[in-house]
Amino acid sequence: MGLLFGVILVKSQVISWFRIQEMFRLQAFHMYGVIGSAVLVGIISIQLLKRFRLKTIHGEKIVIPDKTFHWGNVYGGLIFGLGWAITGACPGPLYAQVGSGFLVTIFTLLSAVAGTWTYGLIRNRLPH
Amino acid sequence: MELIRQPWPWYVAGPLIGLIIPALLLLGNKTFGVSATLRQVCAACIPANISFFKYDWKKESWNLFFAAGIIIGGFIATYLLSNPGYVNINPNTTALLQQEGIKDFSGLLPQDVFSFSQLFTLRGFVFIVVGGFLVGFGTRYAGGCTSGHAIMGLSSLQWPSLVATCCFMIGGIIMTWFILPYLLQL
Repeated sequence: MGLLFGVILVKSQVISWFRIQEMFRLQAFHMYGVIGSAVLVGIISIQLLKRFRLKTIHGEKIVIPDKTFHWGNVYGGLIFGLGWAITGACPGPLYAQVGSGFLVTIFTLLSAVAGTWTYGLIRNRLPH
Repeated sequence: MELIRQPWPWYVAGPLIGLIIPALLLLGNKTFGVSATLRQVCAACIPANISFFKYDWKKESWNLFFAAGIIIGGFIATYLLSNPGYVNINPNTTALLQQEGIKDFSGLLPQDVFSFSQLFTLRGFVFIVVGGFLVGFGTRYAGGCTSGHAIMGLSSLQWPSLVATCCFMIGGIIMTWFILPYLLQL
């Protein structure tokens, strides 16, 4: 599954810094099309899974945990957005960029790990 | 085969990404999301007695395989399934970026910012290291990234994900329109 996702991210140029620039400058539909149609297919699939009460291949009931709102969704979201526009990559594409041979993005990835670690370190002192 | 080697349009890529959601659920109740892997790496490698990283990461280790898959998939797509070439972006974007100082438009990423020779310049450091840090810090603070919130969260109709997704866009637009032009001058 991950492999397939990686192929799609590269082939649709979602991992391209230029595509992300184009998106945030509202100068192309491409990225909105990718995310929008993924969400649409996702909504329909999940509704179908529920409607037909499908189970996993191991026979378990399918559960999607509810996300509860906290202010981190806002503050963290804004910080993430700033970073996304600079690096041109969110976590999925970060891995794909490394695989695509942009080896310097290993440092972007390591730095993202460091960012996550720092969040864990100061989590109790942040407003949520 | 030639069709695969071309860049894929959004109406092919988007629905395929959407189908990963039910596939992961059916394969064992896995919810789609990539940024959790960054936490996994912390928990596995550098937990440092921080409570946020003290959990049974091995139980969730599937997503590390997922991340490894993305790396391999990226390699396959680039070296076996692609024609090299320019990213066909809006000429207006190209013109603006040229004004702001980008010269190299030959690949997926501008080599004049993202290369080893740039890593130790102030500009390269900001784009690669500071940018990466903001991504990693922000995504965990927000509780997910583009895949976990924007795609999985919206697909399962969760309003906190809608809030997060809007904030991603606001942050990105503020950076692109108001801060990035100055960062490119560094």
